[in-house]
Amino acid sequence: MSDETNHPNMTEIGYDEERGAVAVEEHGFDGHGEVVPAGDPFADPGLEPHRPRITDIDAKAAKRAERQVALLFALSAAATIGFMVAFTEIPRTAVVDFFPIGPVSASNFALGMLLGMALFSLGAGAIYWARTLMTDVEFPQERHRLESDPQARADAAAEWKQGVEDSGIKRRPLIRRTLLGALTVLPLPALWILRDLGPLPGDTLRHTAWKAGERIVNNNTVSLDGATGQGVRPEDLTIGSLVTARPQSALTAGEDFNNMMAKSAILLVRMDPADIKSKQERDWGYQGIVAFSQICTHVGCPVTLYEQQTHHMLCPCHQSTFDLTEDGKVIFGPAARSLPQLPITVDADGYLVAQRDFDAPVGPSFWERG
Amino acid sequence: MTATTPDTAPPATLGGKAADYLDQRLGIAGAAKKQLRKIFPDHWSFMLGEIALYSFIVLLLSGIFLTLFFTPSMNEVTYNGSYAPLDGIKMSEAYASTVDISFDVRGGLLMRQVHHWAALVFVMAITIHMLRIFFTGAFRKPRELNWLIGFGLFVMALLEGFAGYSLPDDLLSGTGLRIAEGVILSIPIVGTYVSFFLFGGEFPGHDLVPRLFTIHILLVPGLILALITVHLILVFYQKHTQWAGPGRNNENVVGLPLLPVYTAKAGGFFFVVFGFISLLAGLVSINPIWTYGPYIPNQMTAGSQPDWYIGFLEGSLRMMPNLEFNFWGHTLSLNVLIPSLIVPGILFTGLAVYPFIEAWVTGDKREHHILDRPRNMPTRTAIGVAGCVFYAVLWIVGGNDLIATHFHLSLESITWTGRVLIFVGPAFGFWITRRICFGLQRADRDKVLHGREAGVIIRSPEGEFSEVHAPLSDGDRYKLTSHDVHRPLTIAQAADSNGVPAPRLRRAKLRAKVTEWYFGTRIEKPSAEEYHESITSGHH
Repeated sequence: MSDETNHPNMTEIGYDEERGAVAVEEHGFDGHGEVVPAGDPFADPGLEPHRPRITDIDAKAAKRAERQVALLFALSAAATIGFMVAFTEIPRTAVVDFFPIGPVSASNFALGMLLGMALFSLGAGAIYWARTLMTDVEFPQERHRLESDPQARADAAAEWKQGVEDSGIKRRPLIRRTLLGALTVLPLPALWILRDLGPLPGDTLRHTAWKAGERIVNNNTVSLDGATGQGVRPEDLTIGSLVTARPQSALTAGEDFNNMMAKSAILLVRMDPADIKSKQERDWGYQGIVAFSQICTHVGCPVTLYEQQTHHMLCPCHQSTFDLTEDGKVIFGPAARSLPQLPITVDADGYLVAQRDFDAPVGPSFWERG
Repeated sequence: MTATTPDTAPPATLGGKAADYLDQRLGIAGAAKKQLRKIFPDHWSFMLGEIALYSFIVLLLSGIFLTLFFTPSMNEVTYNGSYAPLDGIKMSEAYASTVDISFDVRGGLLMRQVHHWAALVFVMAITIHMLRIFFTGAFRKPRELNWLIGFGLFVMALLEGFAGYSLPDDLLSGTGLRIAEGVILSIPIVGTYVSFFLFGGEFPGHDLVPRLFTIHILLVPGLILALITVHLILVFYQKHTQWAGPGRNNENVVGLPLLPVYTAKAGGFFFVVFGFISLLAGLVSINPIWTYGPYIPNQMTAGSQPDWYIGFLEGSLRMMPNLEFNFWGHTLSLNVLIPSLIVPGILFTGLAVYPFIEAWVTGDKREHHILDRPRNMPTRTAIGVAGCVFYAVLWIVGGNDLIATHFHLSLESITWTGRVLIFVGPAFGFWITRRICFGLQRADRDKVLHGREAGVIIRSPEGEFSEVHAPLSDGDRYKLTSHDVHRPLTIAQAADSNGVPAPRLRRAKLRAKVTEWYFGTRIEKPSAEEYHESITSGHH
């Protein structure tokens, strides 16, 4: 049997709007008078009778539960006091060794444990109280349809209509249109005044700190304060070695240091010139030493993992892999463009310097890049 | 006119006096009378949203403490604090103050770890709560709007988490921001401008940390607080959903009263959640930024991972093939745009609008207060599982480097497996979930008709062994049969009217087809005749 035969007044999909979910109660019965045992086997039997807990019927058990709850609350208070004592008394440098965690800050460990205990016992006590001693007799409360009754809806609609009518907004299109117009343009200044959040990009993304004669400074030689560092001589680099480097002007960049490094960080690798597959790459290098931008062309992470045997560079963020023997081209991963190569040479003092800036923008692609 | 009715004695207790004072000014007795003993239904899965709420309160409390010591500035300072390995190193004030909170402010490390753990728990609880709502159909009328508010909270929580993660200006968070910059740059036409306005110029600049700070401690938490308030008011006003069961129907709500039971249980649970997070913070190190060092754009350690809820974006970025186009002097980086903005955009939009899609498909305009068991809505459940599998594949590939090093697999093969699984996995998940749902429904049907297996084996005189089936209680039988079995619509039903104009007919055809897909295969509930026949004819 199907709903269709049972409910001629069904709505578009066979539900009865009025009866809602109660349809099930009549399941299998109406319209049929067949001999079936009386009673709907699927009818709602109503709430099950309450089953008393041990604490409901045994006064001793209830008393025990009461003491357990009180103990938890007392434990919480003790831990709270303990927390304050630990805060004041434990020196912040003290370290304790806990197997298997290893050495941890004694202060952090004690404070965390005690705060956790203070809170946890309090919460556990309250929940235990509710579960053992407070009522667990479930009872129903009526649910009312959220939809208002038709009269209220009609009244509300009439009030709205009257209000709109009284405003005259429908009869006076001039007011309506100018109001809408004014409200439409009013939010625009909220965007407008954000203009000075930053400068326009211009061509800044196309240039780095590298220029003709800019000396290459080995990152490993830079002092802690970043103010001094040594240049790189070709003879410092053996075949298969890699150093990361920065322009000499980064030593005096001060607050602009990170901005400069975000574009100008480079890698220097020395390869057997015979391993370099591209003529341009060989020409832009010096005796097998080549310099590439360290900034990944995918989303800008520094490319830091070097595979010495193959001269592949891997970006640790998203694993774009670049082949330094062939113009830094992408051989795996989500990056779409080769690592830009920095043309280098040596200056009069025998230090590696840039011939000029990168020919291509470094780092992630952007709409205007082209 | 006096304020109290003549036959009421003036309140004697302090609480009574306070209530009297408030009622004379606010008239709260009417609301209190109705709400104090308001009934809430009980089920473990209803606590998930509570965990989210409580961890948010923990975030507010610990966050206030942190603002007292954190300096949201990218100005350069030289570190001279008590953590020796960083001594003399130049860093931003943001990073230096975070190291100070960790080592030189008593209780500072605990508060940082409480804050970070609470954030992880917060997003986790929202996610699981949302899945609970999805799989039980709690989003159906009248709760679609609250679903949208919840969705808004979910998105806000992700933004808030990322903003907070970025504030300390350590190597990991700076790298995260660098990736965010790359993502913004990939937006066609406006991307470069948005990036320059956001960072106050080129990356990383000096403006971002103070800006993120305002967003993180004022703007987004304010929005979250406002949305949570509306979310809870609606839960109160519309009353909580409940599971089907004896005495429970669409017109009532069965459970225990707010005062005292839920005051104690929910209030206690807040302290349990807070306590649990505190224990975690005392025991398990999280985000030890002093080991990462300050952010420098050319440094990065291998195997570093973002917070768990960003992982799916990482995987998405890692998995994407390198599609990029250059034309008319412009670059379109689909290798970044698709995985980081378009894929999550589609996933999240689908999540947000699902209740409206399902309502359109079923044409069901009734109020629903009884939850669906996931098995009884196989197609919805299967869609949900497919979405989860999709997310899971992205998330797992987000750790492809760790999988490669831990299991000695090649990165390339893991990434390629991910590229295949992202399509095959959800399809398989959809198919198998529907099969499982149908199987479970058949088992329910058998249980109703033949009772449950009693575990008693009997041997007949002929030597045949069989298991005794015990009949279900009336309550269990009701529970297993009270759901609706939806049917596909015919085109005429789908169209709502007889004289159907052409464009509506096309829509009706589409709708009929979709309902066929949703409800074409279904397991009917046993009829009363079948039931009576089965109990009169024995169990074979």
